[in-house]
Amino acid sequence: MNILVCVKRVPATGGRILLTEDGSEIDTRHLGFTISPHEECAVEEAVRIVEAQGGSSTVLTLGPPGAEEQLRDAMAVGIERSILLETDGRDWDPIATAGAITAAIADQEAANGPFDLILFGNESADSGGFQVGIRVAHSLGRPCVTGAKAIDLGDGRITARREAGDGGWESFDVPLPAVVSVKEGLNLPRYPSVPGRLRAKKKELQRSSPTWAAGGLEKIALRLPQTETTQATVVGLGADAAPAVVDLLDRLGVLGG
Amino acid sequence: MSRPVVALVAIGDAGPDRASLQALTFARAIATALGVGLDAIVVGDSAVEPKPAALAGRGVTTALVVDHPTLTSDHPDGWAAAVAALVHERYEAVVGIGTERGNDLLGRVGARLGLPVAANCLTVEPGDRYRVARQRWAGSLIEDAWLDAPQKILTVAPNTVTVPAADASAAPALEHVSVSLTERDLELRVTSREAPARGSISLGDARVVVGGGRGVGSTDGFGDLEDLATLLGGAVGGSRVVTSAGWRPHADQIGQTGLRIAPEIYIACGISGAIQHIVGCKAAKHILAINTDPDAPIMGVADYAVIGDLHTVVPAISAEVRRRRGG
Ligand SMILES: Cc1cc2nc3c(=O)[nH]c(=O)nc-3n(C[C@H](O)[C@H](O)[C@H](O)COP(=O)(O)OP(=O)(O)OC[C@H]3O[C@@H](n4cnc5c(N)ncnc54)[C@H](O)[C@@H]3O)c2cc1C
Ligand SMILES: Nc1ncnc2c1ncn2[C@@H]1O[C@H](COP(=O)(O)O)[C@@H](O)[C@H]1O
Repeated sequence: MNILVCVKRVPATGGRILLTEDGSEIDTRHLGFTISPHEECAVEEAVRIVEAQGGSSTVLTLGPPGAEEQLRDAMAVGIERSILLETDGRDWDPIATAGAITAAIADQEAANGPFDLILFGNESADSGGFQVGIRVAHSLGRPCVTGAKAIDLGDGRITARREAGDGGWESFDVPLPAVVSVKEGLNLPRYPSVPGRLRAKKKELQRSSPTWAAGGLEKIALRLPQTETTQATVVGLGADAAPAVVDLLDRLGVLGG
Repeated sequence: MSRPVVALVAIGDAGPDRASLQALTFARAIATALGVGLDAIVVGDSAVEPKPAALAGRGVTTALVVDHPTLTSDHPDGWAAAVAALVHERYEAVVGIGTERGNDLLGRVGARLGLPVAANCLTVEPGDRYRVARQRWAGSLIEDAWLDAPQKILTVAPNTVTVPAADASAAPALEHVSVSLTERDLELRVTSREAPARGSISLGDARVVVGGGRGVGSTDGFGDLEDLATLLGGAVGGSRVVTSAGWRPHADQIGQTGLRIAPEIYIACGISGAIQHIVGCKAAKHILAINTDPDAPIMGVADYAVIGDLHTVVPAISAEVRRRRGG
């Protein structure tokens, strides 16, 4: 199976988000970068499928030059090659992003043959549009299952399972080539090993620079939601706090009997 | 600009569900601001005939019911094709709810029509183009944006819109519309279903949730949390650190890429309070943090705190509960 995984570089925000002074961006001066946990699972799934069945794995991102780091991370856990669609750091909206990714896929497929399976995250960590994978699938004329937490391989087909609204599960059986967007819980991603990191440095990285386009959704500014920051009332220190905690549980009516 | 606005609604035996009413409320605000009409497209299983009375008092002029012999809620592309055709023909804007299914459906509609989709909106100022505020980072951050398109497609962030009581407006007229769907449109469908597992108290419904983070230290470390949760008739959850380490299954993860919980009290043990965790538990009525670090970020969102080692504090709480129950 030939598999492509699409990932997005995002700041690894921790305890709270700081914005730049003009509110246009997250202040990333003191932050590292990562990809969404959903996309980490997509990467892991591609590596596992190729380990089990053979074929090829490729990771792609549209992002600034620094996004090479996320491609190397994916290659460190076993993806074979990578594609960087380099931007000048501007925001690309979902239509523009999907357009650039679709064009890159067409080029790749013309040169190397089709990808049987293209994996996306269900939603990007930062902008959460829930749509880039759907748009790419539509442009390619391939079926798209979203929110998958399990993928079973059949003969020229796959079954993708996702949570149904009622807490149960629903499955889609689709022919390949197909597009699946996945969610964390699909698998438990491995951590990169030191040799894996070293190998990743030597793996192939293809670059190109698509032209920015407007897509109809244009960011004006970012802001933090209004939340009251409380300061927790300390009810006690160590084990001695237990009676006060149980009093509290009683007051809240959850102590039961 | 005199085209009406339309909302996607699901109508069950008990009327429209809560999510649909939120979408309808949001759509009505757009229609009112623009001075245009409001319709509803009834989505779901087309075999079920909805009662228009269920939509009385919501300002809806016409409720559209899609007539198709085989279209059911098992067909994501089929519904996308039907909604896309109706929106293209008749509407200024379409509003759905920003649940997994809602975003999936309107994402597909946007792809078909080649139009942008603003997902998980909080507010909107309609005009020639719409100014929207939408959630990023699962609600930890807000983006103000322009939505500029011949037809606007929006989903509403769930549980952020207050639905007013029904007013005196009449029940909508029911209009049956037929749509032509291709074989392709109906190819993607749910091929099998499994019912939800029954039995233990689910994390999503529990009144007490005891959450564990890196501070718990191991799979076995969760024994004390399990004990307390069981005593209180609650459930155990955790941070991403504990699911990534394999100490707990992913189904127990609370946060941006896990579950959103809304218990009466959330007892967060050895959890620092990263924003991606907090978005999953901020709907809890009360938060009690148990942490060795009095300056951990969770102290800024918790109502109560015990400063100390969870491995001594949690067993002490369980022991105190047992003592009071006389056992
Ligand atoms: C896109 C994205 C999505 C994410 N989604 C999620 C998500 O859904 N859910 C989630 O939880 N995280 C998520 N994360 C990860 C998140 O950023 C944090 O890394 C994670 O929540 C931290 O988990 P933690 O609090 O258990 O660990 P830490 O941050 O390491 O905190 C451990 C805490 O335990 C305390 N402690 C240590 N020992 C003890 C002890 N013996 N007794 C008491 N206290 C002790 C420490 O003081 C510290 O405060 C996501 C991250 C990204 C980038
Ligand atoms: N800039 C990007 N480069 C590569 N893949 C992306 C990019 N943006 C989004 N994606 C993929 O599309 C998925 C959905 O993104 P979104 O529609 O923004 O929520 C993500 O989880 C990624 O897999």
